[in-house]
Amino acid sequence: MFTALLIEQLLNGLQLGVMLFLMAAGLTLIFGVMGLINLAHGSLYMIGAFACAAVAAATGSFWLGLVASLAAAAGVGALIEVAVIRRLYDRDHLDQVLATFALILILSEGARWLFGSFPLYLDIPKQLQGAVPLPGGGQYQLYRLAIIAVGIAVAIGLYLLISRTRLGMRIRAGESDREMIAALGVDISTLYTVVFALGAALAGLAGALVGALQSVQVGMGEPVLILAFVVIVIGGIGSIKGALVGAVIVGVVDTMGRFLLPSLLALTMPAAQATTIGAALASMLIYVVMALILAFRPSGLFATRS
Amino acid sequence: MNRILAASLFGLSLATSSLAYAEPVKIGVITTLSGGGAGLGIDMRDAFTLAIKQSGNKDVELVIEDDAQKPELAVQIAEKMIQGDKVDLMTGIIWSNLAMAVVPNTVAQDVIYLSPNAGPSALAGTNCNANYFNVAYQNDNFHEGMGEYANKDYKNSFILAPNYPAGKDALTGFKRFYKGSLAGEVYTQVGQTDYAAEIAQIRASGADSVYFFLPGGMGIAFMKQYAQSGVGIPVMGPGFSFDQDVLPAVGDAALGVKNSASWSPDLDNEASKAFVESFKAEYNRLPSVYAAQSWDTANLILSALSKASVKDKDAFRAALKAADFKSVRGTFAFNKNQHPIQNIYVREVVKDGDMLTNKIVATAFENHKDVYADQCGL
Repeated sequence: MFTALLIEQLLNGLQLGVMLFLMAAGLTLIFGVMGLINLAHGSLYMIGAFACAAVAAATGSFWLGLVASLAAAAGVGALIEVAVIRRLYDRDHLDQVLATFALILILSEGARWLFGSFPLYLDIPKQLQGAVPLPGGGQYQLYRLAIIAVGIAVAIGLYLLISRTRLGMRIRAGESDREMIAALGVDISTLYTVVFALGAALAGLAGALVGALQSVQVGMGEPVLILAFVVIVIGGIGSIKGALVGAVIVGVVDTMGRFLLPSLLALTMPAAQATTIGAALASMLIYVVMALILAFRPSGLFATRS
Repeated sequence: MNRILAASLFGLSLATSSLAYAEPVKIGVITTLSGGGAGLGIDMRDAFTLAIKQSGNKDVELVIEDDAQKPELAVQIAEKMIQGDKVDLMTGIIWSNLAMAVVPNTVAQDVIYLSPNAGPSALAGTNCNANYFNVAYQNDNFHEGMGEYANKDYKNSFILAPNYPAGKDALTGFKRFYKGSLAGEVYTQVGQTDYAAEIAQIRASGADSVYFFLPGGMGIAFMKQYAQSGVGIPVMGPGFSFDQDVLPAVGDAALGVKNSASWSPDLDNEASKAFVESFKAEYNRLPSVYAAQSWDTANLILSALSKASVKDKDAFRAALKAADFKSVRGTFAFNKNQHPIQNIYVREVVKDGDMLTNKIVATAFENHKDVYADQCGL
């Protein structure tokens, strides 16, 4: 029984990691290519979830909702890139943080204005309900397996996009030397808009997938944003590979910590104390891991530049 | 951030206003109007302003501000209201950790605070205060009701709550009356949205029932994931996990779940019926327990204002303590620690048309008191 539980929890950790990867990939791509810290990335996640919930409620189809979430997040992403973000590339990080923080407030209040303050309803699609048996006698929810599959597909897709296509070549060129690529005649501002919209679409996809599991409400993006920042700091800012590894580390460490710490502590102290102390320790575990990794690799596991 | 969402509801009174209300009264309302917990605060604010509006009392001025569910922000706003706006009374806080940050300092400055929701145990016992009135409940109460009711059907329960003052109070309250054994006890992070790890533990624990206290979005996330996971073990919770603010987002997964509260939209008394009617007419939705408690808070203040001047603190406190108002909860009185003595009901989630709501199926306690009152020196 314990083996089955362990496998299930590892899958849970992987699923959380994959979801964080979808967020962190966009964040790290935007930082790597444009040098921009985008705090509003969590709002794009929220927009994806709201778009999916609204369209699914109107049409009855989760899949249409998923398409809508990609379109809405990419659309809003492109819009704010052109309207606001574009003016921030030459400024320092403090200005970027201030402006994108303002965007969080504007987008949150905008969502509240459109959809109200009460959470929306979004359920997982019929085709993905139910569970599959695991070795060892346990079972695992099909929908969460599907999230893991989507995450792996996105990781492979991003790898192919960046290493095999012309757009990927430009993205890599933009990362290493932006003046030079502009001088070579590449339309840098369109490239930036495309990269930003791509990152936004990934965040929107994560929001829609997770919205079916959690509550679709204003402010849902900010807790995830903090974790996504932890992920890209661990993985090395600007590196997609780092984002993937960092996300899986954070997901697995967080889930296993919540699961194992209280029971481990219960071996040495009374059960009541072990549950409270275990819960408190589990909530700081990923930050401890981050501090340890940074102590040995100050610029993250796969730093692209110093 | 620090913006005023709404200032005075009404301007200066017309010359014709009644003499009993001649004196202007300023009430500071700090509540959660943005972020994930906003639904609760908005219900609180809407019921409060509606009660004041219906009373026709034009001398009450409300200063309403949003705490964004952040303790540090709530403390700043409270200071501003006491020092700057010179409010006579304060109310509005939803969350226990915010109440712990604001209330002790407020009552120490001789400002009367009436709690429309949070009731941390730390403020009900030895630290009770003459300026602190809790119109809602002591945090343990709803959970005690469900613990008592659970004895009927269950012997091995798995319990979980967030790791903050109200979460600790919740599980303490449940265990106080629950006589069976515990299959597990877990504290989760405040604001946690993914419960896969906990649900896997529940599945493996061999429990015959699950009791969870997860207010707001946390409860929605848990309940959805629990239903999707296919773990068939029956769940129960306090009313907060199955109230009008969360039911539409949880959906049919909540149908049939038993939960405990001091009030339900179908409670059979005149004040309650009138409240539900006017709330529905004004806002086009059903009120939650938070709205009901807030409505009572406003009416308690109005009843005291008609008896005593708010400037005469002793007389005003006595008028509040008399609790001479028509509560939507039917019977209502203050215990010596100025926390309610009230009935705790067990409700069941049902479908009324295509709207999910609650109906009362049992009474867990009549005229229930909290256990901390004995330690209070008032």
